[in-house]
Amino acid sequence: MTNASLDIAGLEKKALELRRLALKIIFEAGSGHPGGSLSATDLMTALFFGGILKYDPKNPKDPKRDRFLLSKGHASGIHYSVLAQAGFIAESDLADYRKINSKWFLSGHSTPKTPGVEIASGSLGQGLSVAHGIALGTRLQGFDSKVYVILGDGEIQEGQIWEAAMSAAKFKTNNLYAIVDFNKVAQDNITKDLKDIEPIEAKWEAFGWDVQRIDGHNMTEIMQVLEKPAHAEKPRVIIADTIKGKGVSFMEGQTAWHGVAPSKEDYEKALKELE
Amino acid sequence: MKDAATRDAYGQTLVDIGDNTDIVVLDSGVSDSTRTKKFGQAFPDRFFNMGIAEADMVCTAAGLATTGKIPFATSFACFLLGRTMDQVLVSVAYSNTNVKLVGTHCGLAVGEDGPSAQMIVDIAYTRAIPNMIVVQPADWVETVQATKALVAHEGPAYFRLGRPKVKAIFDESYKFEIGKGRVVKEGSDLVIFATGSMVQESLVAMENLAKENINVTLVNISTLKPIDRDIIIEQVQKHGALITAEDHNIIGGLGDAVGEVLLENQIAVPFGRVAVKDQFAETGTGPQLYEKYGLSHNHIAQAVKDTLNKK
Repeated sequence: MTNASLDIAGLEKKALELRRLALKIIFEAGSGHPGGSLSATDLMTALFFGGILKYDPKNPKDPKRDRFLLSKGHASGIHYSVLAQAGFIAESDLADYRKINSKWFLSGHSTPKTPGVEIASGSLGQGLSVAHGIALGTRLQGFDSKVYVILGDGEIQEGQIWEAAMSAAKFKTNNLYAIVDFNKVAQDNITKDLKDIEPIEAKWEAFGWDVQRIDGHNMTEIMQVLEKPAHAEKPRVIIADTIKGKGVSFMEGQTAWHGVAPSKEDYEKALKELE
Repeated sequence: MKDAATRDAYGQTLVDIGDNTDIVVLDSGVSDSTRTKKFGQAFPDRFFNMGIAEADMVCTAAGLATTGKIPFATSFACFLLGRTMDQVLVSVAYSNTNVKLVGTHCGLAVGEDGPSAQMIVDIAYTRAIPNMIVVQPADWVETVQATKALVAHEGPAYFRLGRPKVKAIFDESYKFEIGKGRVVKEGSDLVIFATGSMVQESLVAMENLAKENINVTLVNISTLKPIDRDIIIEQVQKHGALITAEDHNIIGGLGDAVGEVLLENQIAVPFGRVAVKDQFAETGTGPQLYEKYGLSHNHIAQAVKDTLNKK
């Protein structure tokens, strides 16, 4: 199985490249979710290109693979960009993003018909339960697969997240890793005003999880936390403090950039900032 | 064969086939009532009681299915589906995961717990979902075989089971097949298509009708989707009149499914429907509710007569 492993400088370069690619396909599609794609980019770059995830793009269903789920499925712009760069689909196939008759079904929210995608997304709150089920399944199979799932901070307002949090603690599912992309901004409002999720660490701790908190744009911190050995029995949550729209000054921290594609002018301006 | 609730047959069958290590069973805190507890005792490593959290259970089952397991996610029908429409649509049906959703305590038969526990819209709901098949067995023998058939069937399924004891209808020579209806008893005047507990109810009605020299055919429709078009067309053309009987709302259930087949085939004959009449019931025993809300053998017999009068 591939275990592409870049150093910190290499990962930072790759993240810039992926940000450009995600914005490109959103721009070309004329719709999509740039803000939440850019906030999750560094985390996904580390997982796929820092030697963390075991995967084989030539055999995407290898039963011994690690799993990655993007529960905040609207960030599909970055998800497909990562899958293309990791070799699951060709970069030229990204031209189909959000278009009818897409060869790999590159819908606004992912479907498992796309190589490298484990489960459909688009309805927030389901991914942690699914990831937990996968972690239980691989454990039954006797494999040492790890299961990573990225959740949005707004997403954890969904009650099902906390059902799943209780379940994973009950079953001591320590091969399950939730990463909260805590970008502080949801579609309607900043998350705090929409419905505050703080104190976020205390919540997960109370639910029986091993809680880590990092700067989700600091590649060294990201790699350090991802390389930490599993907890003896607790599932782990990584609270990653991030910035919605990270890397493009006029998108950063803006609800307005949750779900709109950039104009040609804005796109070109953004690319300059991402060089 | 024996007189027993279909939930009992399901629980026993899970244990009997539990050596198949692909099978995993999930419950949401009602395993004593759904009868999955026995599997949990026999195979604790492959039993996951998710607590009272149906949405989590359904999605956990979907995750397990992606690793090659065959999850049976079980709860009371009202909560299993009522609380998880979105999870069933996205993580099970659209993702096409091999999850068996098993809803026990369906229909008015559940009785005294009242309308919030009486699931009468589950056939409508599950039939409308792409990739989903829908099965409701009528007795012990059929439940045993259908449970095994669902293990062999690759893809999402809804399995509708009942709480009260039902009479044995089939003997061991019966062969269940997904998508196939079966003639239970042959007559000549009219054909009844019944599902689940209404098969037993229909047999009582037929005994009484026979005393009045009315002899009808009974067809058990245990697969509600895909529905057995051939047997419907063949039997209706043969008899020229039909009724359907189900412990489910009159909208979206067996009656509608049969009606669609007839309309699509330009078959217009007298057609009566025994079902819950688009209303919520109340508390009471199952038999009392069947009597008051129009599902008893008396209502089936009356529907047969009314329909025959239009012939």
